[in-house]
Amino acid sequence: MNAQTAIGQPNAIAMVFFFVFIAITLGITYWAARRTRTTEHFYAAGRTVSPGQNGFALAGDYMSAASFLGIAGLVSTTGFDGLIYSTGWLVGWPVVLFLIAEPLRNLGKYTFADVVALRLRQVPVRIAAAIGTLATVTFYLIAQMVGAGGLIKLMFGLSYETAIIIVGAAMIAYVLFGGMLATTWVQIVKAVLLLSGAFLLALLVLAKFGFSPVALFNAAAVRFGSGVLAPGKLVANPLDAVSLGMALMFGTAGLPHILMRFYTVPDARAARTSVFYATGLIGFFYLLTFVLGFGAMVLVTPDAIKAVDKGGNMAAPLLAEFIGGTAFLGFIAAVAFATILAVVAGLALAGASALSHDLWVNVVKGGHASGHEELKVARAATVVLGVAAVLLGITFKGQNVAFMVSLAFAIAASGNFPALLMAIFWRRFSTAGAVASMLTGTLGTLLLIWLSPTIQVDVLHRAGAWFPLKNPALVTIPLAFLVGIVVSLLTATEGSIERDAHHERQMHLGTTA
Amino acid sequence: MTQPTAVSPEPLRALARARTRIAIQLTIIMIVVYFGFIMLIAFDKEFLGRIIVPGLSVGILLGALVIVASWVLTWIYVRWANAHYDSAIDALGRESRGAPR
Repeated sequence: MNAQTAIGQPNAIAMVFFFVFIAITLGITYWAARRTRTTEHFYAAGRTVSPGQNGFALAGDYMSAASFLGIAGLVSTTGFDGLIYSTGWLVGWPVVLFLIAEPLRNLGKYTFADVVALRLRQVPVRIAAAIGTLATVTFYLIAQMVGAGGLIKLMFGLSYETAIIIVGAAMIAYVLFGGMLATTWVQIVKAVLLLSGAFLLALLVLAKFGFSPVALFNAAAVRFGSGVLAPGKLVANPLDAVSLGMALMFGTAGLPHILMRFYTVPDARAARTSVFYATGLIGFFYLLTFVLGFGAMVLVTPDAIKAVDKGGNMAAPLLAEFIGGTAFLGFIAAVAFATILAVVAGLALAGASALSHDLWVNVVKGGHASGHEELKVARAATVVLGVAAVLLGITFKGQNVAFMVSLAFAIAASGNFPALLMAIFWRRFSTAGAVASMLTGTLGTLLLIWLSPTIQVDVLHRAGAWFPLKNPALVTIPLAFLVGIVVSLLTATEGSIERDAHHERQMHLGTTA
Repeated sequence: MTQPTAVSPEPLRALARARTRIAIQLTIIMIVVYFGFIMLIAFDKEFLGRIIVPGLSVGILLGALVIVASWVLTWIYVRWANAHYDSAIDALGRESRGAPR
């Protein structure tokens, strides 16, 4: 079957779809650029995004190529095991809703560091939060760039470097000129395309099985054994399963590019409603990827999928080709490319805001910088990040970077989330506690990932690893909480009745109250 | 910078406690549901592999139910917040903006 696939050859239809997407999104950017004059526009789209729009934009930011191609691929080659990722990536959203979204919107301005630093000394907290943000964004960005290069090479026949440069250039254009408003609409367009593409493909697959997912799963079980419907080898060690689950669940609540989206809506109520929509859309999407994965398993077969790409990432495109020929393959390929573009734009904006808002304005300039200056620095930071992303993408060409997405989630879950949660809910939390918690979470995650089988065995091909877990979240999340609590209790309280009462009012009533 | 003055702290504190309580309860339910699923994957693969009807295993059914549970829990919270929390906040907000007292 794979002898007939058009994957890996220049695909005219994919090119056409893709250039239409680029044209539309650049048109949006031109429109947004004329409305992006202040920092509030650049970072937060003027706080005019509606809850429904933000729901789609959150979903767009979150549904990366890793989840679309990766989960479909994982399901197509292992069956049930893909569900561990789908469920883990979704259950973070209710946590964001219950604990983070509304207080974040009321307490902060542009970045999550605003909230952590609110009651504390600005300089040390901002530096520690920027380290966590930039570490999360960088690893996420490398994974997306390397994935993009390989993917585009496979689907469009372009060279890896060309693909990386196109992605980097489009990303810089969106963010530099259109800021958060353009980025938001790029996410919305991409989310609609991705959801409708995946829905159409799933519908066409299910049509072959009498519109019954169970009949589809049964066809897979009959052909490949009932093992595909049960947990397999992916998570061999129980502690690994729990640790991965913790990173997925709490990582979402610490992703800077996701948290930043809550500042684009008018108030906390809109932030709440937007998470509700996002949870619905993302859950629906993960159900679709599960159907697509099993569809690819039955119709394309795992051997044919692995023959094209060892990791199985081409399962969904191959399925599209099987169902709808080169035209549908072209459409799905273009959607996957658009997905990567949109996600990297969101990441670049989050990274730029950490560099300009947290580091330049609040650390270098001690909080005294004009809006005009901050906007200039934010735009310069966007270009720096865009160029860095292209260079990193080229540097890591051909490297195994699959672990970098889960590394980004582990850093977000251990470095960013515990400090953010304690800053919101615990009035005894101190500057030293916040800094210690964020640095322990971020650096501890990096250290333990380095010592884990993920790097030592999978990347460096050593015989064993000093640290047994593939994902360190089981250790680093509790450690970040513990360090934050102990250090806070050991240092003098910075609170006062007046300050805490003000914090509580602002958390519930917002700054306008 | 608007500096809200002397909003009667007690009603706000009670409201804050109510929201925190609901938020923590729902978070714990979500954690129990998801990690219950993960624990079964870790410790009882055989149970999850059991077939209910041809094509549907316990594991796939429970996995789909975890997704449904996320939807239901977010819906419960949004419903509570829209019905109870918002109106109470509005009342307090009016008070803090300097309505006659």
